[in-house]
Amino acid sequence: MLSHLDELEAKSIYIIREAYSRIDPIAMLWSIGKDSTTMLWLVRKAFFGRVPFPLVHLDTEMEMDEVYAFRDKLVTDWNLPFEAAFCPPEEEMDQTLPPNTRAAARKTEGLRTLLKEKQYRGIICGIRRDEQSMRAKERVFSPRTLDGDWDHKNQPPEFWDQYKTDFPQGCHVRIHPLLHWTELDIWRYTQRENIPCCDLYFAKNGKRYRSLGEKNITFPVESNASTIEEIIEELRTTKTSERAGRTMDKETEDSFEKLRASGYM
Amino acid sequence: MTHTETEKQQLRVVIVGHVDHGKSTLIGRLLHDTDSLPEGKYEELVETCKRRGTDALEWSFILDSFQAERDQAITIDTTQIWFNTDLRDYVIIDAPGHREFLKNMISGASQADAAILVVDAKEGVREQTRRHAYLLHLLGLKQIAVVINKMDAIDYDQERFREISKDVTEYLASIHVTPKLIIPISARNGDMISNRNKELGWYEGPSLLEALDHFQVPLPLQDLPLRFPVQDVYRHDEKRILAGRIESGVLRVGDQITFSPTNETAKITSIESWPKTETPRIKAIAGESIGITIDQPLFVERGHVGSSHKKKSLPMLSNVFKAHIFWLHDTPLKVGNSYKVRYGTSEAMVNVQSIERVVDTQDLENQDAASQVGRNEVAEITLRAREALSIDPYSDNPRLGRLVIYDEYDVAGGGLISMEGYPDQRQITPKSENIYKVDHFLTTDLRAERNGHHGAIFWFTGLSGAGKSTLAMEVERRLFEKGYHTYVLDGDNVRHGLNADLGFSPEDRTENIRRIGEVAALMADSGLIVVTAFISPYRADRDRARQASPEKFNEIHVQADLETCETRDPKGLYKKARSGKIKEFTGIDSPYEAPANPELVVNTQQNDVDTCVQQILTYVEDRVGLKTVKAQALAS
Repeated sequence: MLSHLDELEAKSIYIIREAYSRIDPIAMLWSIGKDSTTMLWLVRKAFFGRVPFPLVHLDTEMEMDEVYAFRDKLVTDWNLPFEAAFCPPEEEMDQTLPPNTRAAARKTEGLRTLLKEKQYRGIICGIRRDEQSMRAKERVFSPRTLDGDWDHKNQPPEFWDQYKTDFPQGCHVRIHPLLHWTELDIWRYTQRENIPCCDLYFAKNGKRYRSLGEKNITFPVESNASTIEEIIEELRTTKTSERAGRTMDKETEDSFEKLRASGYM
Repeated sequence: MTHTETEKQQLRVVIVGHVDHGKSTLIGRLLHDTDSLPEGKYEELVETCKRRGTDALEWSFILDSFQAERDQAITIDTTQIWFNTDLRDYVIIDAPGHREFLKNMISGASQADAAILVVDAKEGVREQTRRHAYLLHLLGLKQIAVVINKMDAIDYDQERFREISKDVTEYLASIHVTPKLIIPISARNGDMISNRNKELGWYEGPSLLEALDHFQVPLPLQDLPLRFPVQDVYRHDEKRILAGRIESGVLRVGDQITFSPTNETAKITSIESWPKTETPRIKAIAGESIGITIDQPLFVERGHVGSSHKKKSLPMLSNVFKAHIFWLHDTPLKVGNSYKVRYGTSEAMVNVQSIERVVDTQDLENQDAASQVGRNEVAEITLRAREALSIDPYSDNPRLGRLVIYDEYDVAGGGLISMEGYPDQRQITPKSENIYKVDHFLTTDLRAERNGHHGAIFWFTGLSGAGKSTLAMEVERRLFEKGYHTYVLDGDNVRHGLNADLGFSPEDRTENIRRIGEVAALMADSGLIVVTAFISPYRADRDRARQASPEKFNEIHVQADLETCETRDPKGLYKKARSGKIKEFTGIDSPYEAPANPELVVNTQQNDVDTCVQQILTYVEDRVGLKTVKAQALAS
């Protein structure tokens, strides 16, 4: 019988292969964090060591130094088809957004530019349902308008493992192979598969990052977990939410909804 | 796949029922009472409710995260949330109860292993209670528990509880469902969620929380016959890897595997894995996404289904089957219409031959034959395909026996496949008929031998001005010079005769392409290399042309962007379209749907004519040559 992690893995590989088979051209977003690095590992499993589409980092040039170092090392070690897509500056964002939300919106704009330039019809993205209640309502294959807008109040039906893979010209689809994973699943799988991850996740001087984002809007949480084993132990008992250190989510009741509706991951 | 971690099993439970009967509240309460809410969530909830001026605590806000959901106090879309008991981990799926959002209810419920049907103690069984129960049955969910909610509103009256229990049980029995349990609760007050209370002292059964642990995790489908639907084929260096997920059964290196509907057999030579393991894998089981290699160069592609070669373990072959479906699309499903269906990784165009009955989920006695199935209706229908398909009825295989119906781009419906009343055509028809109905004495192979090449269709599609006709004429000339038998179908020789009665409305364009597809199929069957040069803007039309001759059809996307085509404008058509003299011109005021997965793309923007012609010729000669086709295709 398959273990829970085996089942999660098999489902994700099925979704990744489905996307690659049905949608062209396609690219994958890699934020260098634990989730999209796990997803990258699953892609290599799905295609027996290869990464058959571009791996794009929406780069705000505001990531932490350790993140860049980790990224560059993996790109070389794994010989990845890597591309950095630079995001426009904060001054160009919608000034009516609260400041931290505005900072996050840069990624949305970066993605919008990328889509326009490369005409991608599919974007593979490592979000999970348990991260955030807006993301919990997502589909695995989630269609977007040309501008990247998410019509979240009228999503298409999606049942069993049959996905909507045909779209009129002018749309693209977000594919979410990790939607059914939890934070704990990610760490257990990272441990089992021995997947490398950025050092910032491990506690130093009583603090660690649970979620990695831009320097200016991401903060470490109190923790003494300095190994994967300790992180897993911590997550089994914690009641602090994963994105507690991400200020952009909670400036107003609907700040994250607004971000997502306009195309944020 | 080694797994040393000790982990609990996971069960996915969907909460369904009529709108306002308290589904989201029940989930909020369940999470609170089991201490599963993240830190600060309860405080945030109290805060939000205060700000919104509601007196009572809106537990549903925990799940209803959209502003529109909170403003209207209804759930719009399905969501999932995690919690656990000592026994195992749960994913709780919230499904909207409003009729408008039935598609979202189905999206949620289709992911579940078990269901809880919520019924309001005051209102009793209502419209969506019945419809949801019926749909659970149609989604293949067998484990169902019922909760009678808002018991506080009827003063915990045992008599009233008995009455509603009886109503629910009777309805469920009529659709062959037996509820595991019926539990009186009050989600708002937390009665019988995890805590028992004295008002419900007369109830001795399990609380909701205890009831969850009564459900069973569905058994894996290892014991059923092997089904390995091919999802994709990867060429890695010398290897050809057939990738897919084992839906049922077990597969071992050395086994003989038969692919349907082609009905060809080979031996499994390896199960591929990455990262490389010290000892090669020899066995894989239901649920795994894997890749295999085989010892014969068979023609295998996405949609073919691998099974054991033993007669009793093969899927059925049939071009006609029944389905018990729900329909979600605004446009009704109609007799005579064609739709794309998908089951497993197989895709086929089918025609609705008949609608046996449209089921009234409110009154099961009322079942009339009808000519259409409207939005949110349930029906039994018969579907017919052009060629024999590999079919597993739901009663034989719950994974492959369910299908999804597409209307144009949209997922429009779905349901369960039945072969009741239809024989397995594998036994009664010879193999060649599954592929082609050849009543001639001359076989296609004989014709190919005489011609020195196979017949085939090379279907050029692209915007006006992309270069289709230029390339087609040049390709034809070069093929002819090399001794191939070839012919180009284009606007000039088709629009003036065969299709002189057609205009340029979407309907006429569709019919135009349908006829060309059929003519091209006949010509290719007679042994010719047919090149067609039509904009053919709609993907569905091209797919249908492919269906007319699936083995011989090759889609070639002649690519150039609109701006380039408009600059070229060889016939001055763009100019006319821009000035409004031509209506519904592709690219201007009528869409062009680029091929999702063409066999070949030639870019006339980046490459000159000669380069493009050479690309096409290389591809054509590879496809029609006697040796290559024999090597890849049907081994006989």
